[in-house]
Amino acid sequence: MKEIQNKLLTKSKATREDHFGRAICYLCIGLIIALVVCILYFITSRGIATFTQNHVNIWGFLAGTNWNPGSVDAHGNPEVGALPMIVTSFSVTVLAAAVATPFALAMAIFMSEIAGKKGTKFLQPVIELLVGIPSVVYGFIGLSVIVPLIRKIFGGTGFGILAGTIVLFVMVLPTITSLSVDSLRAVPLSYRQASAALGANRWQTIYKVILRTAAPGILTAVIFGMARAFGEALAVQMVIGNAVLMPKSLVSPASTLTSKLTTDVGNTVMGTLPNNVLWSLALILLFMSLFFNLLVRFIGKKGSIKK
Amino acid sequence: MKKRNIFSTLLMLGAVGAVLTGCGSNSASSNGSSSASDHAGKITAVGSTALQPLVEKAAGQFQNDNKKINITVQGGGSGTGLSQVQDGAVAIGNSDIFAESKPGIDSSKLVDHKVAVVGMAPVVNKDAGVDNITMAQLKDIFTGKVTNWKEVGGKDEKITVVNRAEGSGTRATFEDAVLSGAKAVKSQEQDSNGTVQKIVSSTPGAISYLAFSYLNDSVKPLSIDKVKPTDANVENNKWKIWSYEHMYTKGKAKTATADFLKYMNSKDVQDSLVKKMGYISIHNMKVQKDAKGNVTDAK
Amino acid sequence: MNPKRINNIATAVIYGLVGIVVLILLFLIGYILFNGVPDISWKFLTTPAQAFSAGGGIRDQLFNSLYLLVLTLLISFPIALGSGIYLAEYAPDNWFTNLIRTTIEVLSSLPSVVVGLFGYLFLVIQLHLSFSILSGAIALTFFNLPLLTRSIEESLNSVSDLQKQAGMSLGLSDWRTITRIILPVGLPGILTGVILSAGRVFGEAAALIYTAGQSAPIVNYANWNIFDPSSFLNPMRPAETLAVHIWKVNTESVTPDAHLISSASSAVLIIVILIFNLSARFIGNWLYKKMTATR
Repeated sequence: MKEIQNKLLTKSKATREDHFGRAICYLCIGLIIALVVCILYFITSRGIATFTQNHVNIWGFLAGTNWNPGSVDAHGNPEVGALPMIVTSFSVTVLAAAVATPFALAMAIFMSEIAGKKGTKFLQPVIELLVGIPSVVYGFIGLSVIVPLIRKIFGGTGFGILAGTIVLFVMVLPTITSLSVDSLRAVPLSYRQASAALGANRWQTIYKVILRTAAPGILTAVIFGMARAFGEALAVQMVIGNAVLMPKSLVSPASTLTSKLTTDVGNTVMGTLPNNVLWSLALILLFMSLFFNLLVRFIGKKGSIKK
Repeated sequence: MKKRNIFSTLLMLGAVGAVLTGCGSNSASSNGSSSASDHAGKITAVGSTALQPLVEKAAGQFQNDNKKINITVQGGGSGTGLSQVQDGAVAIGNSDIFAESKPGIDSSKLVDHKVAVVGMAPVVNKDAGVDNITMAQLKDIFTGKVTNWKEVGGKDEKITVVNRAEGSGTRATFEDAVLSGAKAVKSQEQDSNGTVQKIVSSTPGAISYLAFSYLNDSVKPLSIDKVKPTDANVENNKWKIWSYEHMYTKGKAKTATADFLKYMNSKDVQDSLVKKMGYISIHNMKVQKDAKGNVTDAK
Repeated sequence: MNPKRINNIATAVIYGLVGIVVLILLFLIGYILFNGVPDISWKFLTTPAQAFSAGGGIRDQLFNSLYLLVLTLLISFPIALGSGIYLAEYAPDNWFTNLIRTTIEVLSSLPSVVVGLFGYLFLVIQLHLSFSILSGAIALTFFNLPLLTRSIEESLNSVSDLQKQAGMSLGLSDWRTITRIILPVGLPGILTGVILSAGRVFGEAAALIYTAGQSAPIVNYANWNIFDPSSFLNPMRPAETLAVHIWKVNTESVTPDAHLISSASSAVLIIVILIFNLSARFIGNWLYKKMTATR
């Protein structure tokens, strides 16, 4: 009797395993959260130093258009207007994602719904290959192919938002495509069968059923793409022109937050205003991507079909 | 924390082992040249990307003769080099710029070791149709007063100014010598010599400036007031746009670091490596410049 | 317009877009390979790099890249797997889980320069790891984690519920269901995620400049003592990877054949990734067959 009671009361091997596995998973997710908190704290503490230590006016920083951290303006305030870079970063990212999404979606639909196994087998490795091309190489191809092309067509120097958009478009394409493919494939087969049973043709099934079901996943793919476009530095730096000017047109030299960050960070001294203000740029970058994430998450929640 | 200690102890043991074996086999090969050192240790040099290849190569040669010394050379930019050496995080901070002219750096704590001289020349796209320019014209171009090549005797073509990154040593040197306090026009900025070279060579009407070692057939260097950008002209200060490459230490350099810096200044490095890199040997200079830009005859 | 017509038009549009993308991809890969492959030789792959004379190779950089990749995956894959399982199987659907997902996405959108500088200040300076492969691997883990976690979660979620229910009905514990049933089915998807992130590790330069460093000291490939500074396996030595090398050669190098080195290195990089992809796919299929009942 006692034996049976013991057996019933002590945990079985499977249960112990279960708890152990669960604990490991919690540990991992805890670790990721710790990492994120750590890096967020780090960037925030550096980024707000501009405002707390150097007493820069936040509004002047966000809305000013004069960037010259080394010198001061007529009122004795440092010239650290970041608006031109914010606008450029924003436009490059949105444009690149806007151009890339239709292409990526078409690729994803093609790979998951239309092409047979053969087409997918060919396309998938090619796309994964593209992710691995270093951004420097994209930058140099952009510099030697795209910039001269734009110069020929639109005049000017060829450097600017348009060149940045084209380079980023190619760079984010594989990210958006492969993540979209994953989310299209995750749509249960039963949905497709149900749609076909109702007499819907292929496009109707894709458009009305599959895309809607996969919408949150596709939006996530777009976020990841935008994130890459947003954070991309080396390639953009080479083709955007790096002039801290309000972009007048798509083909005038401009500067993104990241390109400024990469160009200047090695030349400034830790703890001084020119360095602090770069961290503030990184902070803006962070806030902007946070905003994107929340926005898309909100849209995703509205648009998704309840399971 | 504890784990790390164990790890570093193990590392140390490994290092000691390597040193011992290195000693046994190589003590005979150091033939008493100026690079021989009695010290052992690890030296980290961080900073200027332009200076990095020279130091790296010199460090390699130095270590051949001194197996006990391990030298790590990294880039990261002059600002990084100066702030790291000031914090004591690294032994040597490489810089293209005088510590005095960097805000946030307490230059009184740092000791300067000038290891090479670098000349810089304005370069233009081959299309511009100009090969000589006056200092005043150059200033007008970079301050945005002159915007077309025909105003300085070239073709009717718009000038595209490509500046260097703000705070970089190259830009500071150029602005000191050319702009004399005026503000540069807002324009494209690039950080590295290689990229500037590529942009200038491919953009019609572009002008920028490059260190001598990056001058090649793809771009056209300009003479200023009929003075050609050559090493000889830099050595007697006829060519004004030049600066030192510095290696800073915190306080006086000691032991292995001192020996390495001495080696950097030796004939081995100055007469061969420095030249091969396209720099000018510090021994050849007939003038010297201080942090404020005053040029005097060399002692 | 009737549905049939729309269907045809839509299909045509999709084909057109796919065609354009394929053309771009082929152009890109062709451009890189065409420019680089003629310069690749056995000598190029097996000689060390030169600072200012022509004829340098990429031996050390190539090895460093591979080694760094292995280390990064060793660190990040277990963490990502655990987190992915948590998100796919355990996480309740509430605000907290949402918060976690958001933080992971934020992590992925950090610019690589920022991560690199964070790694520099925190790992290199604060933790005294100095410029080393280890610092580089930890910094790259930051990039890898979100992408990897996300794709693991997605591929676990895409495993049909029927499989899970079958496991449950057999009386298996949660953990056994996950490890014995769901994981093997999700394996090809997970592998794709790993390959994608491996590609990023390979191509990443900005984050490594300040962590793994930009110099490749001469290492001894016969020295297997992992703690010896001259050993090729020592994770505490500075290591310039192939992508960093391409960046350096393009921006600051005075080598006369910089262009050649850069294009050949890019081609090598692509070829390595290609080999890696193909073998990973092959292993994935083999594992899938071995671990599940699929014949």
